[in-house]
Amino acid sequence: MAKNSYLPFKAKILAKYQQTELDWTYRLECQIQPIAGQFMEVSLPGVGECPISISDFGDGYIEMTIRRVGQVTGGIDKLVPGDYLFLRGPYGNGFPLESFYDKHLIIAAGGTGLAPVKSVINYFYARPELLQRCDILTGFKTPNDVLFKCDLDKWAQTFRVEVTVDKLDEFGNLEVIANSCSRRTGLITALIPDVEIPSLEDVRVIIVGPPVMMKFTAQEFLCRGLAKESIWVSFERKMSCGLGKCGHCKIDETYVCLEGPVFNFAQAQTLLD
Amino acid sequence: MGYRFTAAAFNQLLESLREKYRVYAPTLLKGKGKFSDTDLVGYAEISKIEDVVFNQKSYFSPKETFYPVTQRLFYFNENGFSESVVDEKGMIVFLRACDIQAVERLDKIMLENGPSADYYYERLRNKLKMIVMDCQESFDSCFCVSMGTNKTENYSASVRLENGVYLSDVKEDIEGLFAFHGETIEVSPKFVESNKQSVKVPENLVLESVAANPIWEEYGSRCIACGRCTVVCPSCSCYTMQDIFYDDNPKCGERRRVWASCQIDGFTDMAGGHSFRRNNGERMRFKVMHKIKDFKQRFGVHMCVGCGRCDNACPEYISLAHCIDRLGKEEAENRG
Repeated sequence: MAKNSYLPFKAKILAKYQQTELDWTYRLECQIQPIAGQFMEVSLPGVGECPISISDFGDGYIEMTIRRVGQVTGGIDKLVPGDYLFLRGPYGNGFPLESFYDKHLIIAAGGTGLAPVKSVINYFYARPELLQRCDILTGFKTPNDVLFKCDLDKWAQTFRVEVTVDKLDEFGNLEVIANSCSRRTGLITALIPDVEIPSLEDVRVIIVGPPVMMKFTAQEFLCRGLAKESIWVSFERKMSCGLGKCGHCKIDETYVCLEGPVFNFAQAQTLLD
Repeated sequence: MGYRFTAAAFNQLLESLREKYRVYAPTLLKGKGKFSDTDLVGYAEISKIEDVVFNQKSYFSPKETFYPVTQRLFYFNENGFSESVVDEKGMIVFLRACDIQAVERLDKIMLENGPSADYYYERLRNKLKMIVMDCQESFDSCFCVSMGTNKTENYSASVRLENGVYLSDVKEDIEGLFAFHGETIEVSPKFVESNKQSVKVPENLVLESVAANPIWEEYGSRCIACGRCTVVCPSCSCYTMQDIFYDDNPKCGERRRVWASCQIDGFTDMAGGHSFRRNNGERMRFKVMHKIKDFKQRFGVHMCVGCGRCDNACPEYISLAHCIDRLGKEEAENRG
C-alpha cells in the first residue's frame, strides 16, 4: 500500500517579512532539502490548499513569498510568527543548476516570478566562481511592487542587476530600489537588447513570470541569437495534488507538477494549453 | 470454471457474498431520469439479481463505486489530522468489458502516474472485485470494437441472463461461493464483435494543426461547458480539493476531493486571475486530445474506451465518436 501523500505536516512560522503591500515572505521551520525551483502544497485546514514555490531555503527552514490574492493566501496573510502552516512536498523538478556552471547566466524575472529563482540567485551569489558572469533582469508593475529589495541590493554587489518598472505610480518612485541596481521604466523585454553577450554559446537564460512576459522575453532572447535549448522557464498552473493525479496542470501529455514546473524552452514552446 | 444459476440460486450467492462485500450494479433508479417521470440506469447497491439491468447501458459509469464523486481524505481539529476510514467490507461491482478497460485506464493515472500510487484510490481499488456483464449485442452509441475495448480477461466472474438462468464464467471464485451455489456447466463470456457505428481513431495527429482546425470553433459554439461528458465518462479521473469546516466548530472539518472537469469554468483558474482554455471549443479540443492522443503517448493505450456515454449525456447532441472521425478525416486532408 502506498503511503498517504495527502496528509500535510505542520510547519511553524519562524518569521514574516513584508515585501510589498500584498507580498510577505514567510520563514517556516522545516527539515526538507528542496531543489531550487521546486514548490510545496501549502494549506490552511478549513480554507484550502494551493501550490507555492519555495523562494529560499537553508538549514532547518524554507521560505515562501506569498501574495495575498486568493482564499488560502488571504488566510495565510493573517498569520503571525508562532502560528503554523501545513505543508506537503517538495514537488516538481527544480532548476538544473549544474547546467549553468561555467556559463553566462541571465535571469529574467517578472513580478512574483522572482520568488522561484531567488534561491538560484542565492546559490550562485554564494559561489560566484561557478559562473562566468550573471545578469539579473527584473521587472515589476510599479516601484511599490518590487520584491526582495535588500537582496537585489546585495546581489548587485556581485552581479549586474537591473530593475525596471512598467510605470511609476503616485506613491512610489525608483528611489525605493537600492542604488546599486540599474533602474529604469519600461517592460522587461526592453532590457534584453542591451545585455552584453560576449559569447553566445555560453549563455544560459532563466525566465520566470506571467505567461505573456515569458513568451515575449523568450522571443527577445531568440532574436539575440540564442538557441531554444539555452533557455529555461518555470510554469505556474492550478494544481490540487502535486502528484500527477488531479489533472489540473496537465498540458498535452505533460504534467507540470511532475515534468515541470521548470521546462527547457525547446519543450515549453511546444506545450499547448 | 463455468456455473449456471437459477435466479433463486444467484440470489443465495449474493446473500452469501454480501456478508463480506457490498455488491454494486447498474440498476433502475426510479424517477431519476433526465425528464419528468423517467428512470435512470445508474449504480447502486443491490441485494437481488433481478435488480440488475442487463438490457440497457448505465447512464453513469461504474467508477463512482470505487472512486466516489466526493471522497473524505482526512478530518482535522485543533489536535491535528485523522485519516478517513473505509468500510471494512470488500466491493463487488457488475460492469461491462469496456468499463473494465476503463478501470485499467484509471489505474494508470491513479496508481502509476507520478511518484507513488494514489493512497485513497488504491485503498478502495484493492477491495474491488469485478463481475463482467456480457454484452450480447451492442447498444446505440457504443464504439468499443473500434477502440479495441470490447473484450476483457480481467474479471473475477462473468454473468449473463440467458433463457431465465444466469450463466457465469468464474476466474476467481470469491470465497468459493460460486461453486457452492452454482451448477457446473461450460460457460464462456460473450462480447460484441461489432457495433452499430465504427470510429477510426487517427494516428499521428499534429497538435498545432489540430488546434488550428476550425471545428473547435463550431463545437465551442454548441458546447455549454456543463461537463456531463466527463462526469459520465468511465476513464475521466480529475478532481479538486475542497475543505469544509463544521458550522458549530469552525476549527473542525474535513478535506475532501471531488470530481472536477476540464470542460467546466474554473478548472484552470489560479488565484490572481490567470486561466487557460477560456473558450469551450479549446476545452473540447483538450479533452478529445487527451482521450485519443495524449494518454496513449504517455501510457501506451487510448484513454477513450468507446462506451459512448458522453454521446448519450450531451444536452447539445455533440458526439465524441463523430468528432474523432471528422477530425481524422479533416486532418488527413490537411496533410494532403
